[in-house]
Amino acid sequence: MRHARDWVPILFVALFAYPFLPFAESNRGAQFTILFVYAILALALNVVMGYTGLLHLGIAAFFGIGAYTVGILTVPFFPFQQSFLVAAVAAMVISATVGVITTAPILRLRGDYLSLVTLGFGLITLYAIRNLDAITEGTKGLNPIEAGPLPGVSEDADFSAVQVHSNWGTRWYKYPYLYFIILGTLGMVMLFLRNLERSRLGRAWVALREDELAATCMGLNPARLKLAAIALGAGLAGLAGAFYAMALGTTGNPQAYDFTLSMIMVCCVILGGLGNRSGVLLGVFLLMGFDRIATNLLDNYLQEQFDAGARTYYKVSGWKIIIFGSVLILMMRFRPEGLLPETRHQRELHPDAEKKEEPQINAENADQDRKPSLN
Amino acid sequence: MVELFALSINDVATSSPAAGAGFGQYLLLGLVLGSLYALIALGYTMVYGIIELINFAHGDLFMLGSFLALQLAVWTGVTVAADSGTGSIILTVLLMLVLTPLCCAALNVATDRVIYKPLRNSPKLTVIVSAIGVSFIFMNLGLFWRGATQVKFPDLIPDIDLIGGASLRFTLKDAMVIGVTVPVMLALTVFVKFTSLGKAMRATAQNPTAAQLMGINADRVIAATFAIGGALAGVAAVVYGLYIKSVEYQMGFQNGLYAFTAAVLGGIGNIPGAVLGGLVIGVVGELGKAYVGAMWSEVIIFGILIVILIFRPTGLLGARTREKV
Repeated sequence: MRHARDWVPILFVALFAYPFLPFAESNRGAQFTILFVYAILALALNVVMGYTGLLHLGIAAFFGIGAYTVGILTVPFFPFQQSFLVAAVAAMVISATVGVITTAPILRLRGDYLSLVTLGFGLITLYAIRNLDAITEGTKGLNPIEAGPLPGVSEDADFSAVQVHSNWGTRWYKYPYLYFIILGTLGMVMLFLRNLERSRLGRAWVALREDELAATCMGLNPARLKLAAIALGAGLAGLAGAFYAMALGTTGNPQAYDFTLSMIMVCCVILGGLGNRSGVLLGVFLLMGFDRIATNLLDNYLQEQFDAGARTYYKVSGWKIIIFGSVLILMMRFRPEGLLPETRHQRELHPDAEKKEEPQINAENADQDRKPSLN
Repeated sequence: MVELFALSINDVATSSPAAGAGFGQYLLLGLVLGSLYALIALGYTMVYGIIELINFAHGDLFMLGSFLALQLAVWTGVTVAADSGTGSIILTVLLMLVLTPLCCAALNVATDRVIYKPLRNSPKLTVIVSAIGVSFIFMNLGLFWRGATQVKFPDLIPDIDLIGGASLRFTLKDAMVIGVTVPVMLALTVFVKFTSLGKAMRATAQNPTAAQLMGINADRVIAATFAIGGALAGVAAVVYGLYIKSVEYQMGFQNGLYAFTAAVLGGIGNIPGAVLGGLVIGVVGELGKAYVGAMWSEVIIFGILIVILIFRPTGLLGARTREKV
């Protein structure tokens, strides 16, 4: 795990290069785009859960609020017709505001009760979205979402000149242009969070997570810090939702924003490594990649190889939840700190490991290990 | 569009009274459903009281229980009330009521042994994530067992009106639910209050370390808690199947969520609280359906949860639950 962060820039370069590779498919590109969206969402949850230590079980609500804000601001059904930039910023601001307003009164709740209220809030938001037919079109979802272009791009700009593959879209919001925009945003979010972790605010969050009482005694204001974390987390989740609606061209069925998504995001964050950006990224790519991409590929492969028929248990997708659950259980049993743990969490979970390992560390690595743990 | 589970929140089967039913009817239905939620909520609250685990798998255990009850009916051949004698129906229902709780209890204890026990000293979040994992596995097992669609549960208890009043129908089914749930809850209360194992449970919930120093075997207490919680879920599963007459692999999620909300509403870790919470949720949900609109009942339930927690941060009866540091 020593060079855990080195793979992230390489991954980003590879992903940027992907659409230009000869074997690139637009379907796969669109699937990747959704993965990037979920990565932003998981990083948002990581701000609340990983840095500040609040178990938030309703992050999907902010995702939904973001998606529906974009929907309302752009679909022909409403008179707004804003450009995507305006809609995305509005999505962030509205999500963050809702996050602060709904969290402020419950901050005095302790531990599990706070998680439960976030869960309840997530469900209320979901049901409200589903039920407010007049605004959200109920289960049909708002569509088509074809936001106005980014600044500097004209409405009917034709991108066919820069098409490398014939199956690429030619509108600015089609794959692969949206692919680059979302991947770029994901990269910026990663950089932003890296700097934030080292800032006064980021360090204050970690202090709060480790020991609220001690942090308060040092003069930190826990309520304010928690609200800041919620605001940032909700804002980023709203941004992810905005991209999600853009990438799909519709807000889709409200089910996309349900409790299950919140839980999967919690699992992604924990599986990857609570509090560690690159770990969270890995967690999302593994879990959501397995869910969205690998399962279908394996299904098709098995179907071709064995012609197994349509029974649930002949398909990988039928075993998906069991595999998922077993992975979670095994991880929690044998590697609870996640795949790429944050140094501090790892020490917490293996208090005696450090002493044992100490003599084995060879001279060249010893230096690195003794670096302060705040990356 | 999380395809992983695609839980449908819309298709939860409930039995609704005929149109034009009065307040009393909805109240009754609410109380009946509420006592079911209370049974499930007890499983959540007892486990939480002892090891502070939000057992996300509990709702899915309930689902597996109802599938097992259905399977028992298939094995005994008593699936259509009209084709079977009263005696065989009663026998089948009794068989369900005995075997299902036993199996659920065994499964719950086994899960605890295999999965939660090695994590006893881990941070809370680790155990919660394991519980989510167990929940996924149970859900997938249910999917294999009965497929992804709703399955009809044998309608064994006839809908005979016991009162005969024009304004209020109190059927044999309602009587069955109350006749099963109330004695079970009373028995639980007696068990926890007056037996030595019950006392050990309360002691462990209050202070695990001190309880162990007093010679209480924590592992035994925890196993007993999981067994009782599982058995209650099993009873609830049978009663639910007979009452609602339709089961599916996702029903554990919705009902578990309600029961869990009930446990929190009453003050999680508090046994009378869970019962009160269950009844409140049942009544509020049904009245909400009747007077606000069926689709808003969930919003009302969770809204009430939040409002109550804002004003009573430890739930309705939760004053006695201490913050464990």
